[in-house]
Amino acid sequence: MSVTSLALLREWVCRQSPEHAHWLAEQYALLSQMGDEKDLHLFLGLVVRRVGKQDLTLTSQDLAMANQTYPGWNPDGWSLDGAARVAALLAFKGSRPFSATFQDLVRTADARELITLYRGLALYPRPESLTFEVGEGLRSNMRAVFESIVHRNPYPRDHFDDHRWNHMVLKALFVGSRLSPIVGFDARANLELARILLDYAQERWAAGREVSPELWRCVGPFAEHVSAYGALQRALSGTPIERGAATLALIAADTSSARDLLRTVPDITALVADGRLDWNHLPLKEAA
Amino acid sequence: MFIDPHAHMVSRTTDDYEAMAAAGIVALVEPAFWVGQPRTFVGTYVDYLSSLVGWERFRAGQFGIRHYCTIGLNSKEANNEALAEGVMEWLPRFALKEGVVAIGEIGYDEQTPLEDKYFRAQLTLARQLELPVMVHTPHRDKKRGTSRSMDVCEEMGLDPSWVVIDHNNEETVRETLDRGYWAGFSIYPSTKMGNARMVDLLKQYGGDRIIVDSACDWGISDCLGVPKTARLALASGISEAVVRQVTYENALAVYGKSGQIQDSDWLDPAPIDQRTLFEGNSILRGGRAPLVETKAGPRRDNLLIE
Repeated sequence: MSVTSLALLREWVCRQSPEHAHWLAEQYALLSQMGDEKDLHLFLGLVVRRVGKQDLTLTSQDLAMANQTYPGWNPDGWSLDGAARVAALLAFKGSRPFSATFQDLVRTADARELITLYRGLALYPRPESLTFEVGEGLRSNMRAVFESIVHRNPYPRDHFDDHRWNHMVLKALFVGSRLSPIVGFDARANLELARILLDYAQERWAAGREVSPELWRCVGPFAEHVSAYGALQRALSGTPIERGAATLALIAADTSSARDLLRTVPDITALVADGRLDWNHLPLKEAA
Repeated sequence: MFIDPHAHMVSRTTDDYEAMAAAGIVALVEPAFWVGQPRTFVGTYVDYLSSLVGWERFRAGQFGIRHYCTIGLNSKEANNEALAEGVMEWLPRFALKEGVVAIGEIGYDEQTPLEDKYFRAQLTLARQLELPVMVHTPHRDKKRGTSRSMDVCEEMGLDPSWVVIDHNNEETVRETLDRGYWAGFSIYPSTKMGNARMVDLLKQYGGDRIIVDSACDWGISDCLGVPKTARLALASGISEAVVRQVTYENALAVYGKSGQIQDSDWLDPAPIDQRTLFEGNSILRGGRAPLVETKAGPRRDNLLIE
C-alpha cells in the first residue's frame, strides 16, 4: 500500500515532538472513529498549546515523499501545529460531509489557523466540494491567507477552472505576491491569461508604474498570438531582472520574431543555456 | 512601551493604530463587546468573534501592534435569550483560539436574571478552560453591581487573582483590591475615569494590581488613554516603576496566565512571521512599513482627558 499524506504528517509531527506521541496517537484514533465534531474542535485548539508553533522540520527526502504522495504537494514552510492540525482533518470521520465540517472550521478560524486549513486543501476528501471556501480565501485581504492557497499548493492547479486560475494570478500580481511558487504555473498558462497580463502590463506602464517581470512567464508561450513582441522588446531594455525575464519568455515563445529579438541579447541567452538563469532564479526581491 | 489591555479596535480607524504605535503601544487586548446596537442573529455575533481572532489581528499587525482579544457574551446582549443561547454554543470554540487571553468582557448591565445566568455560565467556562476573566462593571448602580460581580465570581469558585474587575472608580477600587482582584481603570472621557483622577489614585494606592486601559470604542474616547496617563503620571511625580506596572506589567501578568501572551511576541518576533501575519519588522520583505513617525496631531498634544 502506498504511503498516505496522513501517515507522513503523523510521522513528521511525532518525530518532532516525541513527548506528545502517545497523546497524538490517542487523539487521532478518537477522531477516526465517527468522532464528534467537538472532539475535532478541541483537538485543533489544544494541539498548538501542546506541540508549539515552530517550523516543521523536513528533510529533502521528506519533501520528495510528499511530492510522491501527492504530486505538487510541498509542505516546505509548514508549522508543526499546522501539520498536526491538517493530519487531524484527514483522520477525522464525522457524520456530516467533510465540506460542511470544513465550512464551520473556516468560519471560526483565527488568522493563523486559516492559513493552516487552506494549506491542506489538496489533501482533503472530495476537495472539489470546497470550492466556495476556497473562493472566500482567495478574496481575503490578508495576503498570507491568500498565499496559503496560491503558493506551494497543488489545489489551484488541480481544481480551478481557467477563470479562477487567471484571476488568482492577476490578484497575486496586484498584491505583490511572487508567481514562481505557484504550482503548475506553466502547465496552466493559457491564451486568455496572456492577454490579461499583457493588458495589465501596458496599463501599468501607461501609469508610469513597474510590472513584475514574472508575468512574462505566462505571456512568452503566447507571444505570437497576443502580439507581445513590442512589450517584450521594451522589457529587454529594462532592468537586469526584466531583461532576464523577457529573454526567458522569448525562448519559450520559440518563434522567428522571438529569435530575432534574442539575437540582441546574446549574453543573457548564454546564461539561460548554461542553466544559470531560470524562472526560479530571477534575482527578485523576496516578498514575505 | 505600553499595553492597552482594553481597546475596541473594530470601531477605530487606521489613524488610531498609527497614533497608538507612535505613542509606544506594542500590544493591545480587544474584548468582545456590544457594538453599539444589538445583534439580532447568532450568525452576526459569530462573524464578529471571528473578526476578532482574524481580520482585526491582521489589521493591528500591519501597524506593528500585537493584537489579543477576549471572547464572551456581553451583558447587554445576554438579555436576548435566543441569541444568548446560540452564542453560548459557539463560545468554547472561540475561547481556545490563538491569542484569546480571557473570557470577557462579561458581567452586569441592568443586573437582570438573564445577565446573571450568562455571567455565571461564562465564569464556569473560564474555569473549565483555565482562562482569566475580564469583568465589565455596570455604569448604573455601580458600587453594588461591582460588589455583586465579585460575590458571584467567588460563588462560582474563581480565584480573584485570575479576574480583572474593569471600569473601576474611586468608589469601587478599595473593595476590588482588598478582595484580591486586579483593578482595571478605563481612561474614558465623561463617563468613566479621567487621567488626572487616575494619577491621584496611583498616589494613594501605588501600582499593585492596578491596570490602566483606554476602553476606546465607537463613542467619544481616546485610544491614547494609556500613554497619556503614563506621561501625566510621570510629570506628576509617580515613579517609573509604578507607571510601568499599571501601563504594561500588570496586564501582561494577569492575561499571561492564559499562556497566549508573552513579551517575546513583540520583543522578539520571528524574523519571518508570515503565519501570524505580523508586519512589525517586515519592511525588508516587501511589507508596508509600519508608521512610527507621524505628525503629532492636536489630540496628542492635549495631555488631559477630562
